[in-house]
Amino acid sequence: MSALREIEFRDALREAMSEEMRRDKRVMLMGEEVAQYNGAYKVSKGMLDEFGPRRIIDTPISESGFAGMAIGAAMMGLKPIVEFMSWSFSLVAADPILNNAPKMLYMSGGQFGCPVVFRGNDGAGGQLGSTHSWCVEGLYSNVPGIKIAIPSNPYEAKGLLKSAIRGDDPVFFLESERMLGSKGHVPEEEYLIPFGQARIAREGTDCTLASWGRPVNFCLEAAEELAKQGISCEVIDLRTVRPLDIGTVVRSVKKTSTCVVVDQSWSFGSPGSELAAQVHRHCFDDLDNYVHRVHSADVPTPYATNLEQEYLPNPRRIVEAVRAATYNL
Amino acid sequence: MTSLSNPAPAAPDSQVHQKVYGDLDHLAPVPGTAEIPVALKKQWLRDMFLIREFEVRCMQAYQEKKIGGFCHVYIGQEAVAVGCTAAVQHRDPIVTAYRDHGHALARGMDPKYCMAEMFGRIGGCAKGKGGSMHMFDRANNMFGGHGIVGAQTPLGAGLAFACKYMDEVIDGGKNSRVALCFLGDGALNQGAFHEAQNLAGLLDLPVIYVCENNGYSMGTAISRGTTMSHSLVTKALGYGIDGYVIDGMDVLEVYVAMKRIADKCRETSRPAFVDIRTYRFKGHSMSDPRKYRTKDEEDVFEADDPIGKLERHLVGSGAMAAEEFKDMQKAIREQVREAVAWSDASPVPPLSELAHDVFIEPWGEYTGSSQPEITGGAPNLPSCRTIDTQEELL
Repeated sequence: MSALREIEFRDALREAMSEEMRRDKRVMLMGEEVAQYNGAYKVSKGMLDEFGPRRIIDTPISESGFAGMAIGAAMMGLKPIVEFMSWSFSLVAADPILNNAPKMLYMSGGQFGCPVVFRGNDGAGGQLGSTHSWCVEGLYSNVPGIKIAIPSNPYEAKGLLKSAIRGDDPVFFLESERMLGSKGHVPEEEYLIPFGQARIAREGTDCTLASWGRPVNFCLEAAEELAKQGISCEVIDLRTVRPLDIGTVVRSVKKTSTCVVVDQSWSFGSPGSELAAQVHRHCFDDLDNYVHRVHSADVPTPYATNLEQEYLPNPRRIVEAVRAATYNL
Repeated sequence: MTSLSNPAPAAPDSQVHQKVYGDLDHLAPVPGTAEIPVALKKQWLRDMFLIREFEVRCMQAYQEKKIGGFCHVYIGQEAVAVGCTAAVQHRDPIVTAYRDHGHALARGMDPKYCMAEMFGRIGGCAKGKGGSMHMFDRANNMFGGHGIVGAQTPLGAGLAFACKYMDEVIDGGKNSRVALCFLGDGALNQGAFHEAQNLAGLLDLPVIYVCENNGYSMGTAISRGTTMSHSLVTKALGYGIDGYVIDGMDVLEVYVAMKRIADKCRETSRPAFVDIRTYRFKGHSMSDPRKYRTKDEEDVFEADDPIGKLERHLVGSGAMAAEEFKDMQKAIREQVREAVAWSDASPVPPLSELAHDVFIEPWGEYTGSSQPEITGGAPNLPSCRTIDTQEELL
């Protein structure tokens, strides 16, 4: 029965939060429109009814204020979940989320942890233009002291979010507005997915495709197309970019000898460039070609549909990159 | 409860005026300054003198290059930290900005841990990883020194939120704590402060924003950087928060007023804002020649020294013998000397500390490198579990 259960990405997120809130009273949710409005994207739908206004808290549009408030509460021992309607809005909360959350434990010599989960939509939505389309992992993965999880489907979302909430460190949990309505298998039984362990989403022998979040799905589409062309791709879903499970990628590349990194953020100083550098280092003698990378174009996010689609990593661009990387096959 | 300078002009709206300045009259009575026991006054004199002496030795150590980076001393403002912390309970959390040595000491931190932190030694309160601006002390409910102006104000709201949540949601009782969030007058113009005020007012958070108004944000006089500088409480009023003005150069006044405000905050879970008028006798930091103010101005405030004032009160009234005061000074000087010697003797942090305290739950042994070595079949990820063995996590 449960093997057949398919739910939406947003339902998986809600199940993860609700289960953890039932399990631990220290967990609460705050953010814009999370309570009475039932969530700007209906992720928290029904949670106000179940948990009441003391635990599901509507905040004003005041990211710096409520992000900092959550951090203070976490230092005292609570485990807040903060919903950013969009990670693009987290930029006005840069000081609390980058200067306080990741550094509190270190600056206090281990006295004060900061177990907050910041979660929300990351990456281009549908024609939202430059200001609302941030892929913040490009910026934030540079900072030590935070864990960054980027789920690629409902199953991953639920298991990773439960681990995020249950953990004791600050977590940036990056969802995608484009995926909230997508359905996938999520069992009824409880499960957690640990951080720092990549998943092999598709096995293959000719080229390793390493990605995370929504582009994993583009990689799978591209792999399907490439299979028809006689190229067998191994698709790795990193799940978390901090920690980064370089070992799984390296083991795959030692098998395939080629690697394409697909990263939705901009290319310059990105998790994708970091991953490529590490693959070069560990697979220097195994690679048949340099690590190719597919990123968003190095321009502000455009509005027009055709430009936005061309801007993002998409199956066509991934196929092209794999063909370039495996030209000698 | 008087203002030292910049007396407020008559407010155009008498109701507003009443709300801002008259509210204390409706609070439950606490002892006036005359009824405070002598033993307490002596304790505060001692606490203030400890901070003063500590800061003098800090400046000296900074000149000797034993302390690096930025260092901001609290000399002149001692009555604020001492009076405010005396007015609340030890289990009430406090948080402050970067001029934080005084708050740490007033809260009960041993001076040697505070000094060793600035010396960058393993004996420091944060093992030498925080420095002058980042004093943390869990045992004394001191939630930091914070280096970014205004950054601590949302944290203060969060401390209060957690106090209330723990008492009311988790334990099913009534809020029993109040959070003190100190800030300088320079923080009044940070967005974070206004967001925190709005949240505190909106969510009924038991937090008191203690604005240590020393008249300058670095070298900018308050009137040059802040609107309504003659009446800062109006900023709080705009967020539905009661505001009070206190003479921060008199520890007895600070205590009496803050006790009433804190008791009310604890009882009602409503936030408060306090404009405590004070003055820093030294520069903003160690490199500040103070050319933005006159010697005459400094003389006026130094004549109002909170330590001298309490000493005159106690010795003058015969409550404390001059000899006793001298002995107290001597003992404290010795204590601070010992703190310096202890810090000198404390080892520097071992290099292994570099990669400690980044995560509570690191994956494998955290090395401080984002490019870990890969060895064997399950490289550097011993804490990772497969989904098949996830029950281990449950």
